[in-house]
Amino acid sequence: MTKPYAGAIDCDVHPHVPGIASLTRYMSDYWRDTVAVRGIESFETMAYPARSPLTLRPGVGTGATRADAAADGLARSLLDPEELDLAILNCLYAVQTIRDDNLALAFARAVNDWVRAEWLDRDPRLRASIVVPQGAPELAVEEIERLAPDQRFVQVMLIAGGEHPLGKRMFWPVHAAAERHGLVIAIHAGSSYHHAVTGSGWPSYYLEDYAAQSAIFHAQLGSLIAEGVFVKFPKLKAVLVESGVTWLPAYLWRLAKFWRGVRNEVPWIDRSPVEIVRDHIRLTAQPFDGPGSAADVQRFMDLLGSEDLLLFASDFPHWQYEGNAILPDGLSPALRRKIMIDNPRATYPRLARSDGGAHVAP
Amino acid sequence: MSPLDAPATIDAPAARSGPRRLQATGLAYIDGDIHPAVKSMTDLKPYLPRAWWDTLETYGIRRRHGSATVEPYPKAAPLACRRDAWPDDGRPGSDLALMQEQHLDHYGIAHGILGPLGPTGQGELNLDLSAALCRATNDWQRDAFTRREKRLKGGLVVPYEDGRASAEEIERCGADLDFGQVFMLTRSQEPLGNRRYWPIYEAAASFNLPIGIHVFGTSGHPTTGAGWPSYYIEEGAGHSTSCQTVVTSLVIEGVFERFPGLKVVMIEGGFAWLPMLAWRLDKLFERLRSEVPHLKRRPSEYIREHIWVTTQPMEEPDDRRDLFQVIDWIGVDRLLFASDYPHWDFDDPFRAFPAGMDKTALRRICEENGKGVFRL
Repeated sequence: MTKPYAGAIDCDVHPHVPGIASLTRYMSDYWRDTVAVRGIESFETMAYPARSPLTLRPGVGTGATRADAAADGLARSLLDPEELDLAILNCLYAVQTIRDDNLALAFARAVNDWVRAEWLDRDPRLRASIVVPQGAPELAVEEIERLAPDQRFVQVMLIAGGEHPLGKRMFWPVHAAAERHGLVIAIHAGSSYHHAVTGSGWPSYYLEDYAAQSAIFHAQLGSLIAEGVFVKFPKLKAVLVESGVTWLPAYLWRLAKFWRGVRNEVPWIDRSPVEIVRDHIRLTAQPFDGPGSAADVQRFMDLLGSEDLLLFASDFPHWQYEGNAILPDGLSPALRRKIMIDNPRATYPRLARSDGGAHVAP
Repeated sequence: MSPLDAPATIDAPAARSGPRRLQATGLAYIDGDIHPAVKSMTDLKPYLPRAWWDTLETYGIRRRHGSATVEPYPKAAPLACRRDAWPDDGRPGSDLALMQEQHLDHYGIAHGILGPLGPTGQGELNLDLSAALCRATNDWQRDAFTRREKRLKGGLVVPYEDGRASAEEIERCGADLDFGQVFMLTRSQEPLGNRRYWPIYEAAASFNLPIGIHVFGTSGHPTTGAGWPSYYIEEGAGHSTSCQTVVTSLVIEGVFERFPGLKVVMIEGGFAWLPMLAWRLDKLFERLRSEVPHLKRRPSEYIREHIWVTTQPMEEPDDRRDLFQVIDWIGVDRLLFASDYPHWDFDDPFRAFPAGMDKTALRRICEENGKGVFRL
């Protein structure tokens, strides 16, 4: 029997940096010394507490043998059994929490080089995001330019809860570089924690922190649209990764209504935000924070109003779905195929070829 | 003319002279969001101890944003108000006769629930001044509106960053049935489920007063978890996320376990986001319940029992059936009509709802649901 996700492109998989030694080996002497002299143990993010049930699904393991800590473990746990065609790696090592731009660049480079050498070079099914020092767009562009020639990097990853909304002018050089190189802008859940995760301060519980992520994505979407990023960069696409899915329609209705009311404030926006989203925004389909019943899922898909928006994603090793229900019940076979294969290929310029750009040498 | 040049003055009588429009619907509306205003700050002077008036005159209002005059995001219209709602003197919302003629009588409003907005003392940094201004606002509101117009019910403003002082103000005014709700704002210094705010909820529940939580406020934090946006359109559209923060916090921090009689009304954030938030929280609760053992039920159950949402500004999907679907998911008994009079994004009672809306549902939302919420 064919596997339900055979041939799918998984747009959100997280490689785990097993220890700082994995990164220092890709650093210059200066930064390696810095790490040793200053006693830097690790930059892990509070957004994914190591032992939280949401962070690690059952069976992933712990410690050095975690299935998400090396390419062969990922292959064994996910790619082989599900017969996936490709998977895009989004490394969540907390480069974005670092306040020193130079240090952030050093760690971003090390993460990218580690991903390239120990993941991309070891499994031809893997693709990756370019991790950048988000607080310093100039340095981010430098890192994009360094890696863009390697076609296995298919997008630039930015964290949703950075210091500033990503539509703002300071980030336009990043968007320009992405557009120039056929890279997608991937905005991933998480925070720099340089300010509160909600507009009303810091919540008490981790559950609220994670719940707040979808609210942060509302803000990022509003920013990208209102600032005119897609007017300035018409070929650019942004993928909202691990944003949840169901928040989108209600916010879009609201944003479109406000646009009709106050569009004289943003006169460069000459069409409804709903249309801009159809052309430029995609969302990964896990977590699918949807209703319980398949019938309600169908109703929700009607609300979403487009079959082009969702991209297949497991969010491995995060524990979002039970068993292997990577896609929820309630989707037609044709829609499942679109989400698994056609939509990702249509979204990522570097995955557009029918062979998915597999086996492309850097 | 550049698209950013707006007329500097308002010709209110001319704006008001447009043709009378629309058929009456025959509904006796309960309007969950009407904004009364002072003509000027001196309206509050008789209600404020001399020392506080002097402080105010000398140092002004000080909130958690830098601007002493305009809002950080300038509005879509002067004072964010309808051009035809300006009385001959003073601000929109300050002239009871005009409010009666233009809104209450014209639309057949049976009850209007007031929500006084700044300067009311809410969000003022000096907590003693905050409390004094809230007291003054409540006393002024009674004299200027609710004593003179029995259709109107006051919004009891509290200096919410000081839980104890807020509870004292509720104790002082809560027995007066002229108040229909305790009035707070979404953007607080900490999420509103935080226990520093619990004295407010305890006091409100003891008087069977609902907590009306209206969008806006100055928290001192960037308005979003993504940082400060640039534009009013972002801040306006983003209010629904502030509402989600509030609902999430009240539920997850256990406020409804602690105060099982508490009713909360979310005001001016729209409503279509609510079922999706409930799904999201249920899913997270299933995975992370070990972190929140104080919760005995799924988040959606607390929401269904304790949260009401007002309808304005009503979401407008391309296909109106999408809106009916959302209302069905929320539960028609949890929606309360609101107009936001006299603000520019006012929802007209006669035309805010899409055609084809179920008549029974309309009646419940517009004239019945509010009765059980606002002590009517």
